Amino acid sequence: MTINSNKDYSAIVLEAVNKKYRKRLVVNKLVTVGTIVCVIAALVPLASILIEVVKNGISAISFEFLTQPQGSIGSGSGGIAPAIQGTIIVVGLAAAIATPVGVLTGIYLSEFAKEGAFPNTVRFFNDVLTGLPSIVIGIVGYVAIVLTTGSFSVMAGALSLSIIMMPIVVRVTEETLKVVPYSLREAGHSLGLSKAKITLFIVLPAAKDGILTGIVIAISRIAGETAPLIMTILGTSLFFTGFTGPVDALPLRIWRLASQPYESAHAFGWGSALILILMILALSMGLRLLIQKRSYKAVP
Amino acid sequence: MAIEESIETREVEGTRPKAIEKYKVRLENVNVWYGTKRAVKDINLNVRDKSVTAFIGPSGCGKTTLLRCLNRMHELTPGARAEGKVIVDGIDIYDKSIDPVIIRRRVGMVFQKPNPFPTMSIFDNVAAGLRLNGMTNKTIIREIVEQSLKNAALWDEVKNELGNPGMSLSGGQQQRLCIARALAMQPEVLLMDEPTSSLDPIGSSKIEQLVRNLKDHVTIIIVTHNMQQAGRVSDFTAFMYLGDLIEYGSTTQIFMKPEKELTERYISGKFG
Repeated sequence: MTINSNKDYSAIVLEAVNKKYRKRLVVNKLVTVGTIVCVIAALVPLASILIEVVKNGISAISFEFLTQPQGSIGSGSGGIAPAIQGTIIVVGLAAAIATPVGVLTGIYLSEFAKEGAFPNTVRFFNDVLTGLPSIVIGIVGYVAIVLTTGSFSVMAGALSLSIIMMPIVVRVTEETLKVVPYSLREAGHSLGLSKAKITLFIVLPAAKDGILTGIVIAISRIAGETAPLIMTILGTSLFFTGFTGPVDALPLRIWRLASQPYESAHAFGWGSALILILMILALSMGLRLLIQKRSYKAVP
Repeated sequence: MAIEESIETREVEGTRPKAIEKYKVRLENVNVWYGTKRAVKDINLNVRDKSVTAFIGPSGCGKTTLLRCLNRMHELTPGARAEGKVIVDGIDIYDKSIDPVIIRRRVGMVFQKPNPFPTMSIFDNVAAGLRLNGMTNKTIIREIVEQSLKNAALWDEVKNELGNPGMSLSGGQQQRLCIARALAMQPEVLLMDEPTSSLDPIGSSKIEQLVRNLKDHVTIIIVTHNMQQAGRVSDFTAFMYLGDLIEYGSTTQIFMKPEKELTERYISGKFG
């Protein structure tokens, strides 16, 4: 070893480290403060929206509000039950269409066709679809379904919303599956399992939480869509009559109530907004519970 | 099976059928390419039934690549391609009519890093291969799981917590869980790819003990970069260097009286 013949740099290194140290402490503090400021900046709008909605909307909420259709305009009687029902039906139907298609496409892109012209094309158009303005999708739904069938309908609304939801689910599924360690797939192969079984019973369960979160985010997104619904389900003050007839939805109701010149209509609008937010909140919290309740199957 | 036996008799000229039975795995002119790079060159090697064979050699010598060819796991690596013959129990596993899935049920594998299925309990990890291959008899699954965990020397540590997640175990226990998972499929050959490289000394010595005990039931081929480990656990040792099989013989012979100078230099720690 030649350590002994080395020149002694320790004093120089120490001096450099000490000099840097003060500066580092200051930078550290600044960055910490900076992140906290950013968190507050992000939370202020969220909190103020929630406070505003609750403040203005809570008074409108009653049993009648939740269970009755709207009374005569400006009277302040009745409720928004058809809109709640419509939102549940249209969004539920859209999710039922978009989830299987989106998840399976994501699985295809991640597990069965990673590279190649076709999967890359699918990815590209999927990304384009994610960025498409929802009103455009609404217009397409109007032209393709409403005009051809001759009626505004639940089906047209659900299909339009499912087209908005699908690319989000595809992307989230693909990205989540990609994060599942390759060693798990390898372990599956080494047990003599087919690729389908490995994907379905080993990879997918490992990615379940991420995919579910993605689905819930996508549902929350379409639950608040207004523009495509104007073009497809029209909005009515009546309850659901069938999948081929028009129906109401909360975002539509809010928009209509807000454009009426009555104080009572505005209160109803705030109430509707609060209900919509609570529904999305309940969905997210339900998901949290589902994810946290990790149950391991007991020994059979 | 009669046809396969007769083929095998023809292939090994001048040997009595009884002699053939001692070889569980036979490699004939095995070459492996990654794209245009030849990673394993013309390997001929016979692995004895119910024995432990170690592949040793410096990093990048092709020992892991060769191991992965023995249950066609190399096919999962894009660009990898193997040529030659690998005969397990008289069956050419590269034959076009053979589904790799069938081969992997008979030739199990344990990996460098423990990889238990994260969403499954200890019990389910061991039962996974059986259940997903269609076995439904719960009593038999239970019996196999218990026996596999016992053979993997893990039963006593986990018998009261079979419902806990597999990931809750320590690294060494997880590796033994993976061994139990492989054993549950009742493989005839068990491939181990540096199974102790991510474990502490205690965990490693438990696995080594286990390997020595397991050879009564199953033929084991183990890749290791740890020469002492090869010396401790194996009956036969193959020394590889830059894709070539330099020397293959009984572990005692390789370690005590290597024929090739390269082997001698590697064994004595002069390179690698």
